[in-house]
Amino acid sequence: MDKQITLEIFRYNPDEAPEPGFQSYEVPLNKDWVILDALNYIKDQMDGTLSYRWSCRMGVCGSCGMMVNDKPVLTCATFLEKFAPGPIRIEPLENFPVVRDLIIDMSDFLTKLQKVKPWIIREEEGSLEEEYLQTPSQLADYKPYSMCINCMLCYAACPVYGLEPDFVGPAALALAQRYNMDNRDQGNQQRMEALSDDHGMWQCTFVGDCSAVCPKNVDPAGAIQRYKVEGAGHWWKSLLLPWGKDK
Amino acid sequence: MIQQDVTISRFYKRKMPILWWTKRRSHIRFIVRELTSLPVAYFAVVLLFLIRALSQGPEAYAAYLATMRLPAMILLHLIAFAGLIFHSITWFNLAPKAMVIKVGKNRVPDTMIILANYLGWIVVSVVIAWFFIS
Amino acid sequence: MKFRTEPFWWSLFGAGGAISALFLPILLLIFGLAIPLGWIEAPTYARLTAWVAPILVRLLLFAIIALSLFHWAHRFRFTLYEGLQLHHLNKTVAVLCYGTAIVLTLFAGYTLWNF
Repeated sequence: MDKQITLEIFRYNPDEAPEPGFQSYEVPLNKDWVILDALNYIKDQMDGTLSYRWSCRMGVCGSCGMMVNDKPVLTCATFLEKFAPGPIRIEPLENFPVVRDLIIDMSDFLTKLQKVKPWIIREEEGSLEEEYLQTPSQLADYKPYSMCINCMLCYAACPVYGLEPDFVGPAALALAQRYNMDNRDQGNQQRMEALSDDHGMWQCTFVGDCSAVCPKNVDPAGAIQRYKVEGAGHWWKSLLLPWGKDK
Repeated sequence: MIQQDVTISRFYKRKMPILWWTKRRSHIRFIVRELTSLPVAYFAVVLLFLIRALSQGPEAYAAYLATMRLPAMILLHLIAFAGLIFHSITWFNLAPKAMVIKVGKNRVPDTMIILANYLGWIVVSVVIAWFFIS
Repeated sequence: MKFRTEPFWWSLFGAGGAISALFLPILLLIFGLAIPLGWIEAPTYARLTAWVAPILVRLLLFAIIALSLFHWAHRFRFTLYEGLQLHHLNKTVAVLCYGTAIVLTLFAGYTLWNF
């Protein structure tokens, strides 16, 4: 008899019941399986009504983020065996509204992502023949922040986002920095204005959990603290040297 | 544009409990770290009162020293000292996250910046202590 | 760009955090523990007063005290806001925290000026 492990999975279907509940499933404890494999097994063999998001199953698409025993993880990158003998509790990502079962509503994040203008901003558009040169060293300046896969584990981990849903959040701020630090970009001023309001960088209190859970080592916490230093410097400069030209 | 008028009343919203920070170790550590601001403010005031006592004369200074010798004060200061040490350690360990320094093309490693901070801390402490020990 | 005060308070918080981390532990060790417990002798009134008298020393002490207070004010304000979820009292808490720091800083300035 092969070893088994129990998964206690959060179930929610507003058409059936207004309150959510947990349902237990026993799956084989396969050495090579990740949580996502177990979920797919359940959906294929046991309960086709279980709903969840996934795609690449190799940690690059950011779709399969869930709470596993209270920790936000990518289920395609988390091995089943790690939790033996179990049971394992699987819940949708924290701090997001639940649409159904393990699926969360991420429209809030997508709105905030637009707010940071995550694209190269030029004061004047160059011609198509023009090249924007970038040395490897210049690339290295912002490369970690470009590794974000929008998996939102950082939002699930951030207590400030949980307490204050209007907080723009770690990934959005890290992505702002990805462009701020790109030598081809000239949009620092625009982003600074958008992210200096009450729900921008200043609401962060450097808990640091976002960087701890990030599967891509983006270090959004570091990005935000650097942004605060830049923001503060910018503030003092505009106060003491108001005649300077803003970038 | 993202559609904002989705029927979110069907979505299930989980609330954060009042004692949210007791649920995870990293959060407890975070709150303890933040609470070190209390011993910081407390000792700043203690320092202020020392200077005030000095400006009021030798009797005031003697009274101040006597107050500092009360067992309750010593116990309080033991706790405050632990708090200040925790503040310093967490502060210096996190400092390089905010200040990324580049020498030419290369980024100064975090450990270097942390070591420099600790070195500064030791130098300041030794210099001040030297005044009182000699 | 709209004028915001957050960067100002955060700057004081940052400077206060650094200066308090560097100077306060040793000073507390000396005055709060070493002297009361008799590990070292308390400096005489004359000696200590002579050390504090120079203008640079008084400026340094002012910086240590004032910045430490503003470090507390900014940090404690957020701790109350997040720890106790006092959203509706946000403005009140901010005024109380920064206000206390301002009052005590003024008192420190007055005391050190008239030393």
